[in-house]
Amino acid sequence: MAGKDPELDKPTGVMTTGHEWDGIRELNNPLPRWWLWTFYATIFWALVYAIAYPAWPLISQATQGLLGHDQRIEVAEEMTAADQAREVYRAQIASMDLQEVQNDPELARFAMGSGAATFRTYCAQCHGAGAQGHPGYPNLLDDAWLWGGDLDAIQTTITHGIRSPDDDDTRIGDMLAFGRDGLLERPDIAAVVEHVLSLSGQDHDPELAETGATVFADNCATCHGEDGTGLRELGAPNLTDAIWLYGGDRATITETVVNGRSGMMPNWSPRLTEEQIKEVALYVHSLGGGE
Amino acid sequence: MSHGPDGGVEPQPLYAARIPIFPRRVHGWFRNLKWWILAITLGIYYITPWIRWDRGPNLPDQAVLVDLANRRFYFFWIEIWPQEFYYVAGLLIMAGLGLFLFTSALGRVWCGYACPQTVWTDLFILVERWIEGDRNARIRLLKQKWDARKTRLRLTKWTVWALIGLATGGAWVFYFADAPTLARDLVTGAAHPVAYISIALLTATTFTFGGFMREQICIYMCPWPRIQAAMMDENTLTVSYREWRGEPRGKKHEGTTGDCIDCMGCVNVCPMGIDIRNGQQLECITCALCIDACDDVMARIGKPRGLIDYVTLADDEAAAKGAPTPPVWTRIVRPRTLLYTALWAGIGVAMVVMLMVRSSVDLTVAHDRNPLYVTLSSGAIRNGYTVKIANRNGDARNYELGLVSEAALDLQIQGEEGTLVEVGPDQIREIRIFVSSQPGAELTGDVPMEVWVAEEDSPARARTMSFFKGPDA
Repeated sequence: MAGKDPELDKPTGVMTTGHEWDGIRELNNPLPRWWLWTFYATIFWALVYAIAYPAWPLISQATQGLLGHDQRIEVAEEMTAADQAREVYRAQIASMDLQEVQNDPELARFAMGSGAATFRTYCAQCHGAGAQGHPGYPNLLDDAWLWGGDLDAIQTTITHGIRSPDDDDTRIGDMLAFGRDGLLERPDIAAVVEHVLSLSGQDHDPELAETGATVFADNCATCHGEDGTGLRELGAPNLTDAIWLYGGDRATITETVVNGRSGMMPNWSPRLTEEQIKEVALYVHSLGGGE
Repeated sequence: MSHGPDGGVEPQPLYAARIPIFPRRVHGWFRNLKWWILAITLGIYYITPWIRWDRGPNLPDQAVLVDLANRRFYFFWIEIWPQEFYYVAGLLIMAGLGLFLFTSALGRVWCGYACPQTVWTDLFILVERWIEGDRNARIRLLKQKWDARKTRLRLTKWTVWALIGLATGGAWVFYFADAPTLARDLVTGAAHPVAYISIALLTATTFTFGGFMREQICIYMCPWPRIQAAMMDENTLTVSYREWRGEPRGKKHEGTTGDCIDCMGCVNVCPMGIDIRNGQQLECITCALCIDACDDVMARIGKPRGLIDYVTLADDEAAAKGAPTPPVWTRIVRPRTLLYTALWAGIGVAMVVMLMVRSSVDLTVAHDRNPLYVTLSSGAIRNGYTVKIANRNGDARNYELGLVSEAALDLQIQGEEGTLVEVGPDQIREIRIFVSSQPGAELTGDVPMEVWVAEEDSPARARTMSFFKGPDA
């Protein structure tokens, strides 16, 4: 930029500023003075703000600002306030039994929301985010329950777990390894598998199945029942329905009979509070299969 | 430009102080029109929040209310929910098209007559004239030393301005809360700080903008003067000086031929401090007060009115060559304005129709994503859905929920025995529903399914399409 004396620009009748860039001169249509003062005011405001609030980055942290404003502290305070607001509901849920909570619309809504959050944090790893389960990890949406699907049964399962070594009151029931441990001969296993296939109406060999029925009555009916409908006290699944925890095809059933099954669910009572467990129980109960 | 003692040009400052403007009092048709518009617009602004409108026991009884806390907008018989914001968008589009229409026909008519900055500035100048006198008295007052009289006049004026500002800010907050309750709370000091802060800010801006900034807002802060040029053309009516008729100007007895006697009437009444005789200018808000001032003078010297008038640039150019000026209405009714009017009215009619056919119940259905379906022990397939039923009535209503599909499907509402759902007044209720196929039905892929909701003992209905998903084929 070259500095020159201001001169009158003839076509516009306006003075130039005297600034010139490569022959291009600038007309001087003066800005209003209040605009200039507004500009100074914003600079002043920026300075005050930079002193009052955290602003300038230093080596390990930024300047703290004279007002001591801290967004982390703000968040922590808001979290505490939110927790205290929840405490009112939690106390009520702790003192009521599950059926009562379910019948109270406001408490039920709170419990569902809170239970869903807890479920996604602690349960979704095995049961899936939508509670749809995986082979070996039960689907909680359907109407088949190994250990019972009413509110109290679900609460007990979550509290004590299944085959959990850390809880004396845990649910116990074993599917023995009939093949590996030599409890059944190979032909008997093949026969009993055909019988199990027949129970749920799948394609099977009728002759073998008839032999298998005897094997089933002698070895399996104790837990699974004479008709194969299962026994909830031992967590023995119903073999006549369309739902299979590990799989209902011939190969998977054979594998189950040969090697046995003993899936484990941890006891959640020390890790989750009683209210949390109740909330999760209500949530799981609401998913569509609750009894 | 100024000349120094040695005859050379002195540098002009880069920043200039505001040159005070003292608009003289004026009488005439346009001035009267502007007084009416001022009274009506300010009347609407101040009175509207106090109009009551009975909506039953569960809803507010204020006719116009922006209820931010409950996310509702009430306008007499219309209630808008946030998800119906398209009505507001439609109104904004209509406002935009209306502005196009008026600008293409009448130039900056919004600026000159209806803009709050103009209306409040007019009111402030009126107060100023009542207290300090007309133009010449105000100029004298500015130039004189501060004495008891000047101090008294200035303080009186500022006090009245501040009170107007307070009323402006005060009226604003009443649109956002129940006006009688808020008025009581404001007086007793029980209102929310936001109300006081809003009033303080609007009082301060009204006081400053109307009292001291005035034309500076229009010239330097408002984007509209910059946009308007794109919407005006040579057939737009705008306030113009008929130069061919007025020039050469001069005192009558000096033997000039033009009609302009250079009385400075148009300049003295101008609230923007410009001389309309210099042609079209960015500063001109087309308030038409110069037309009134000039017509008055023309009548007195026995010349026809309209030396300064609403005229299009094309007509003015033609008239200078002797062509007759066509009637004003032919300049307002032309293809461009008709098109804007048609668009404007089209959107307006569409919105009115949408409002009239709007159901008091609304329904949305969201299919579960994870998992898409569940196999039940009977072998049947079940799908889960999240359903939201909106009840726009002021009281609780019962709704029957059902579905229509080619496949035989069973509906079950989670936590409910039947298919009847109660939704509270002016609320949305979210429920979970389960839809199951018959065992052995062997449904595969997506089966279309319509979900409907019907208010009990009422014709109010809503329906939406969804689907039922079975295992992949």
